[in-house]
Amino acid sequence: MAAISVPVHQEPNILSRLLGRPTSAIGLAILVLIALAAILAPVIAPYAPAKLSIASRLDPPSMAHLFGTDDLGRDVFTRMLYAARTSLAVGLAVVVFASIIGIVLGLMAGFFRKLDAPVSRLIDAMMAFPDILLAIALVAALGATAVNVIIALGIVYAPRLARVVRASTLVIRELPYVEAARALGIPTPIILVRHVLRNVTSPILVQGTFIFANAILAEAGLSFLGVGISPSIPTWGTMIAVGRQYMDQAGWMMMFPGAAIVITVLALQLVGDGLRDLLDPRLAKDI
Amino acid sequence: MLRSILNRLLGMIVVMALVVTIVFVIVRVTPGDPAAVMLGPDATAADIASLRTRLGLDAPMPVQFGRYILGVVQGDFGQSIFLNQPVTTALAQRAEPTFFLTVFSLLIATVIALPVGILSAYWRGSLFDQAATTLAMFAASVPSFWLGLLFIRFFAVRLGWFDTSGYGGPGASFAERLNHLVLPALALGLVSSALITRFTRASMLDVLNDDYVRTARSKGMSERRVVMKHAFKNALIPILTVIGLTAALLISGAVVTETVFGLPGVGSLVVSAVLRRDYPVIQGALLVIAGLYVLVNFAIDMLYLAVDPRVRY
Repeated sequence: MAAISVPVHQEPNILSRLLGRPTSAIGLAILVLIALAAILAPVIAPYAPAKLSIASRLDPPSMAHLFGTDDLGRDVFTRMLYAARTSLAVGLAVVVFASIIGIVLGLMAGFFRKLDAPVSRLIDAMMAFPDILLAIALVAALGATAVNVIIALGIVYAPRLARVVRASTLVIRELPYVEAARALGIPTPIILVRHVLRNVTSPILVQGTFIFANAILAEAGLSFLGVGISPSIPTWGTMIAVGRQYMDQAGWMMMFPGAAIVITVLALQLVGDGLRDLLDPRLAKDI
Repeated sequence: MLRSILNRLLGMIVVMALVVTIVFVIVRVTPGDPAAVMLGPDATAADIASLRTRLGLDAPMPVQFGRYILGVVQGDFGQSIFLNQPVTTALAQRAEPTFFLTVFSLLIATVIALPVGILSAYWRGSLFDQAATTLAMFAASVPSFWLGLLFIRFFAVRLGWFDTSGYGGPGASFAERLNHLVLPALALGLVSSALITRFTRASMLDVLNDDYVRTARSKGMSERRVVMKHAFKNALIPILTVIGLTAALLISGAVVTETVFGLPGVGSLVVSAVLRRDYPVIQGALLVIAGLYVLVNFAIDMLYLAVDPRVRY
């Protein structure tokens, strides 16, 4: 049973080990900063997100409006802070939803030999669809709301997680402590949760970070195309979509939200790379 | 060998069958009546009933599924509701810009990624390697549609070097069409080069320390020959895999990029179909693109079989 405790012992050190790597530390610091800005948006935003001011419409960046104003005179910086809330919340919800489906599918395929072939083929088929395209089709069928965007992207990214969980479960299934647990008559669901799932948390964490990054990019893409979250709700994607119409007169309207996406996704990738190197060194050389 | 090919072929057929099923199910998960959703709130009950009959939605579900499979097998993906033409015709008419956009993007991505990836691995840990890895990570973080917009703003609007949107008129020459493709291909290619660069670097790192590379060096072979003839040749298979898969993924990127640049390709057809709820077109495009992805995967597996006798499926 000693083998079970190995990854558990490592966990308290992950954060400090991550902070010990300069690139990961920078990524983590950026993420914390963006998350804080999103959470504290009502406190730090200089204006109300929907406050119209026709007199100051399309004003360039200035001390009064750090990132300028949009076509309706709304403060771009304020709207970006509120957009961060939606974009990050959608990204995080996608990770949670994709994890739930992915873990269940991956555990089923990896642990039960009879289910492996059908579930694996289903995962292969799901992964044959390009992410944005499948998400567009699902949102078109379900309706363009924030919840449906989360469901669609969750379904799109779940197979990636399922594949990782399946691969790890296949190895763990054969380990002596799982056999011992079986011999002791411990019910399968408990073995799955306590002995298997616990030991696949590292790859899930690593994959989850990359899914978070991809979900932010995909949500922005869907919103930009007008097939995602309603344009009335500020997200970085919808802000770029509106800014596009005023590209020649007010480039800042689409420059700043785009830069926010790049910085957030880059930070997530830096953290994801660091986590992968620390938690799953076998994968570190692959990408 | 033959057994492996048959196994893989069988696997591909099963995956394709599942892909067709998923595409069929997607429209059926629409809350309410798909015909009513497609026609919008102003449609009369008679219009809805007529469309239901036209789409075969009034038949029992197993019959609908059977008809759908039969159609797909015969290359009939149904009729577009708004374009009033078969989906296959609509897709074929829009295939050219998407094909060229994908090919040029892949070309740009490969031309950038291969040398950068190889040199990055060769000079591991150097300033070049660090800069290349950082840039690749940065490129992977940029939304291609946003990069496209920046390109339009700078190269098309400010410098006037390229056209801002479209694909030239109906009688446009190839040179004119090319002019319209440069910016979208550059935007998509730069973003896609990130993945290929990282894989090339990783594959090269794997082989550069292998015994046969050391042997080649000890024989006094020039570094250029060691890297290109011995190392790169052996690192090529995983690199080809990722290039193949990037080609399939580029079609997805094309959906958004085509919309930004107003290219009349399959991507913009899908987006307009979504906005008009033209489900048969969405289904047809999904099927064709997922089918291509499955075929590319199969071709890669066959390539593995052909070059590496140890591989078995």
